[in-house]
Amino acid sequence: MSRKITAPLDPELARSLRAGERVLLSGTIYTSRDAGHLRFIEAMDRGEELPFPVKGAVIYYVGPTPAAPGQIIGSAGPTTAYRMDPYSPRLIRAGQLGMIGKGRRSPEVIEAMREVGAVYFGAIGGAGALLARSIKSSEIIAYEDLGAEALRKLEVEDMPLLVVIDSLGNNLYEMGPESYLKEEK
Amino acid sequence: MQREFDVAELIPVIREMCIKVNRILPPDVREAIEEQRKGESFETAKTVLDDIIENYHIADETQVPICQDTGLACVFLDVGQDVHLIGDLEAAINEGVRQGYRDGYLRKSVVKDPLRRVNTGDNTPAVIYYRIVPGRQIKLSLATKGFGSENMSQLKMLRPADGIEGVKDFVLKVVQDAGPNACPPIIVGVGIGGNFDRAAEMAKRCLLRPTGTPNPDPFYADLEAELLNKINQLGIGPMGFGGRTSCLAVAIDSFPTHIAGLPVAVNIQCHVARHIEEVI
Repeated sequence: MSRKITAPLDPELARSLRAGERVLLSGTIYTSRDAGHLRFIEAMDRGEELPFPVKGAVIYYVGPTPAAPGQIIGSAGPTTAYRMDPYSPRLIRAGQLGMIGKGRRSPEVIEAMREVGAVYFGAIGGAGALLARSIKSSEIIAYEDLGAEALRKLEVEDMPLLVVIDSLGNNLYEMGPESYLKEEK
Repeated sequence: MQREFDVAELIPVIREMCIKVNRILPPDVREAIEEQRKGESFETAKTVLDDIIENYHIADETQVPICQDTGLACVFLDVGQDVHLIGDLEAAINEGVRQGYRDGYLRKSVVKDPLRRVNTGDNTPAVIYYRIVPGRQIKLSLATKGFGSENMSQLKMLRPADGIEGVKDFVLKVVQDAGPNACPPIIVGVGIGGNFDRAAEMAKRCLLRPTGTPNPDPFYADLEAELLNKINQLGIGPMGFGGRTSCLAVAIDSFPTHIAGLPVAVNIQCHVARHIEEVI
């Protein structure tokens, strides 16, 4: 069974999530990839405010395809998260509590997650048509010149995710294969 | 007799191929996924595979691209030597890609320069592979390659002494390194021999082969089967969440090489293995 949760994330709720748990996420999330993350860091270096409220924020690593007429968004599955590893610790320490992507994270990111109590969710890579169904609205709020990589504010409903790394550092990418191999023996 | 061929005829063909291949997963890939779903015992893996299957059905119905990474267009052209091409071939191919990505609402994922990184805005240029072959036909293959898996590919110049065991170890290492990042279940293309660049090109061309079609040489067919079996014992599973289904197929190609060398290239392909072919 999936637990229903809402973004932005409540700090206590974020801490209670456990690796391997299925969740259905609703609420407001933001999209960003490499180029957008670099701009966040540059803005922070200049002492500027970020173009989205970072406290409790969930960032979805996605560069969607353009919406065809009549669509809210195009295909919208996760991109590989390690490319954001150089930037994520700083955003987490600024208050970001959730990340949605696919693939491994660096020890530095996991350390920041434990320190702050943040969560890394996995969405199914290559399931962009399915995931687009849980996106109810999409609005570009900054960095429009980045095209697919622009900063978007999304309203999502029951977005199917798995907790991959929790705030204790438990990691489904280690636990999952281990428990499969144990089951096989 | 020479066949006169106006390259402008390629434009609508490539346009259509770009759109179709990004919306409709090829039947051979579906079969491989659905076949492995039957043999999967791990609960998480079953649900992930079910979602993957549901996703390409949704794409069929809604015409939303299967994956948001609609890829770098890799165009493989085998041109019959009796064909006389009229016009600018490369420009025509890129125009087809441009129109396909624009009209199909596909993502523009190409930057003009690898270091200065400004998007070209139309997903061109394509990476084009030309071959001159006997005959009067033009064979056109297109693979739109996502970079989640492309980034996990590797090449190594082994020593002849490393032999077949060295090749197996390297392939398994690349697959382990790729782990969840490459969107498993993956397809693994392996190029063995030739030189540095030929090995890589063979590995990429292997991904055009209908999924699960063995190498015609039984020696390499056995190696493909052995590697597939070994990869599916690693426990990575769909999306790296654990399970049997880590790999759909291993495809190997080989070429004569130098007495001093044993190049091996491993090109990783995600489960959204988009390839399409037309003969003109």
